[in-house]
Amino acid sequence: MATVLETHGLTKSFGGVLAVDDVSVAIAPGEIVGIVGANGAGKTTFVNLVTGYLKPDRGRIIYLGRDITAHPPREVTGLGVARSFQIPQIYASLTVLENVLIALAAREGQSLRAWAPLSTRVREAEGLILLEPFGLTEHAARPVSELPQGGLKLLDIALASALMPRLLLLDEPTSGVSSAEKFGVMDTLVSILQARGVTVIFVEHDMDVVTNYAGRVLAFSEGKILADGAPGVVLADPAVRKAVLGWA
Amino acid sequence: MGDPENMRGGKALPLVAAAVFGAAPLVLPGWVTFLLTLAVAKSVMVLAIALLLRGGLVSFGHGMFFAAGAYTVGMAMKWGGMREAVVLTFLGVLAAAAAAALLGLLIARYRGIFFAMLNMAISMVVYAVLLKLYWVTGGTDGIGIRTPTILGVIPERESLRLVMYYFTLVMTLPAFYAVHRFWTSPLGFALRAVRDNEVRVEYMGTSVARVIYAAYVLSGALGGLAGILTGFSVGHIVPDLAYWTTSGEFVFVAVLGGPASIPGPLVGSIAFEFLKSYAYKYAAFTWQMTLGVTMLAIILFMPGGLWTIYEGLARQGRQWRLSWKRTG
Amino acid sequence: MTVAVVILLDGVLYAAVLFLVAAGLTLVYGVMRILNIAHGSLYALGAYAGTSLVLVYLKTGGPAPLMYLALLAGAVVAGAIAGPLVERLLLRPIYGREEVVQLLVTYSLFLILEDVMKLLWGVDPYYVAKPYAFLGTVTIAGVRYAWYQLLLIAVALATGVLVSLAIRGTRLGRMIVAVTADREISATLGINVGRVYTLAFTAGAILAGLGGALVAPLISVAPGMSVEAIVLAFAVVVIGGLGSLEGAALGALIVGITRAAAVQLFPEIELATVYLIMVAVLLFRPRGLFGEWETRRI
Repeated sequence: MATVLETHGLTKSFGGVLAVDDVSVAIAPGEIVGIVGANGAGKTTFVNLVTGYLKPDRGRIIYLGRDITAHPPREVTGLGVARSFQIPQIYASLTVLENVLIALAAREGQSLRAWAPLSTRVREAEGLILLEPFGLTEHAARPVSELPQGGLKLLDIALASALMPRLLLLDEPTSGVSSAEKFGVMDTLVSILQARGVTVIFVEHDMDVVTNYAGRVLAFSEGKILADGAPGVVLADPAVRKAVLGWA
Repeated sequence: MGDPENMRGGKALPLVAAAVFGAAPLVLPGWVTFLLTLAVAKSVMVLAIALLLRGGLVSFGHGMFFAAGAYTVGMAMKWGGMREAVVLTFLGVLAAAAAAALLGLLIARYRGIFFAMLNMAISMVVYAVLLKLYWVTGGTDGIGIRTPTILGVIPERESLRLVMYYFTLVMTLPAFYAVHRFWTSPLGFALRAVRDNEVRVEYMGTSVARVIYAAYVLSGALGGLAGILTGFSVGHIVPDLAYWTTSGEFVFVAVLGGPASIPGPLVGSIAFEFLKSYAYKYAAFTWQMTLGVTMLAIILFMPGGLWTIYEGLARQGRQWRLSWKRTG
Repeated sequence: MTVAVVILLDGVLYAAVLFLVAAGLTLVYGVMRILNIAHGSLYALGAYAGTSLVLVYLKTGGPAPLMYLALLAGAVVAGAIAGPLVERLLLRPIYGREEVVQLLVTYSLFLILEDVMKLLWGVDPYYVAKPYAFLGTVTIAGVRYAWYQLLLIAVALATGVLVSLAIRGTRLGRMIVAVTADREISATLGINVGRVYTLAFTAGAILAGLGGALVAPLISVAPGMSVEAIVLAFAVVVIGGLGSLEGAALGALIVGITRAAAVQLFPEIELATVYLIMVAVLLFRPRGLFGEWETRRI
């Protein structure tokens, strides 16, 4: 495949407000792409469209050569796409490890098995290994409700990562995570993902994270892609600095 | 995933319970055994409601599965001349499961109030049908259930009560075990996950609708089993089994016992059966109010139901044991 | 021909009562996102209260026409008392909680109200036919119809128009619309959301009670009224769309006329037809005729 993800003329408006405006972009396999933009620039809407949570008004989404426009999240996930959310979407009444085990069972296609236990030696071991890069292994048996906000974020990403996707979309992965942990987690996570050849698209407000980990940056502004290129170039662009960072 | 103390308690409990239930009728008066039989039979339905509750759903119409099981057996006996209890039980459970499989296709797409009221509305249609097709169902008179044969043997009159008690026990044990396996299985966890976060479930590639459908069919089968066993013990079935009040009582017992466990429905059902026999005698006018106030109190102050009391005591007990060990 | 007229008149009569009850239900849902299972009990409460007040009034021997005021007063007072009480004590603690909890709480409320009414009024049916008989009958297209029934329809119509105007035209109405659309933004705009909730719920209770009181002279008021009312009102609201007043009106007409037709033509399946319509609507147009589909269904 030449590209992992392509969008052609992707457009979505909400009651007259154009959130995503004729966005066309192509992402190659293995790329680590950062998406920046001011609030309301269309970043999360873009992620929602690509993963099937929203239906575009116009345009197409191609994943690994397949048209997945308007396919629901369940199908898109089944094809190898996973995402994490701005507000962590986890299972609050269960323990950290149970959250991950459910994801593992889902990946194996075993979600609907009603007799064999969820928690097998093999799965538990894999789950604990999965939690390591996120520093959550020691919290494995704790209920999710006891995790701090940053821990919830990390768990959310762990759940997405557990699905072993080919394309991973992360919505503000480091927001809410303490500065001390941020870079450690991103270091480990990105190296694991790169080793697996996963294509990563992440939305970020922290420019340091973007500069350090993204090989390419898409700057969104008012629903359009304002600039597309290497982080050094894009983030130095005066138009981008004005629109995204608010600097004159 | 649990501490060793927990595990030990967890393994001992079913054995203790089995011993207690096994020996009970030998020491208790006949009418207590009878109430116990009914309580155990109905607890399977409470289990079904509790199952759905843990998935974030409440059905006010599960009486229809209770009735489906009971009436399949009743009509098979009356019109089909069948008499063997074990065969009839399987037949009835199959019928109830089939009904749930059919209705689930429509109902499993809904949640919240729609789910609750759709179940209620359809159960009222079932009630109306049972009432109106009197030439088949016996109408308001219902159907009398003769003493069945147990594995070909007709029970003696004197030992009938005991026989029905043990028969009920034997038939409900697989149900309890199946539900236990269910809760520790991926599907059981998926059901809880659905309650917590449907979006995440779909983003894992799992179909929420399928999870709910599976849970619904299981709950229907359990409800049917409860209806069959109750029918055998009471000896008589009526359309009221499908009426919303019947369903509502099961919901109450599920909340009372505590939906967060398997013993909860059993405890709740027993407590309820005995309370009911006293309350009807002394406070008929305030029976529903008592249910309502109790349910509110539990929801607002003790959401885990009666079982929370046991869990609290058990935890206390473990702490005491630990402190004895430390002081040597 | 006569049968058609009967079905039409009876149907519109059913619809009038159903509309009042369903309007209350849908108003409360639209504002508070709670579907109150005990709403049928508020209907029954209005019936009991209105009937009692009329009976008390008739004993005083005052001028007969004022008994209609007594009927209405009973409904309004019952709703005005029960509404704020229920909303503040029972619903306030559970606003943020998940739907299952809200359903169980309103179900508990239903159980409690049923027995409260039994304690206050006993289990024997109440009959107060005077308001119905007093106005006499009229013949429409060969069918005998009571003036009271026409009055009922007129009152229901007027109430519907009044509520609709109030929501559009008054400040309170606009606040209700705002809170319905977006609770958080309304709060930041300075709207006292709690007060709006209480008022909306009380209005809903009064509407339900009004339906009960108006229909009381036509039936026997007895325990068990609530269940049929809530199931039918729910069917109306499903058909018409949750949160929509026009939907409640149209849904009420559909259910009312269908029920009247079934009673005349297929009496065995009378109630089942209403449920079947509800099932059909849920299958083909789940959000109802005028409803907005809010629940995210992935």
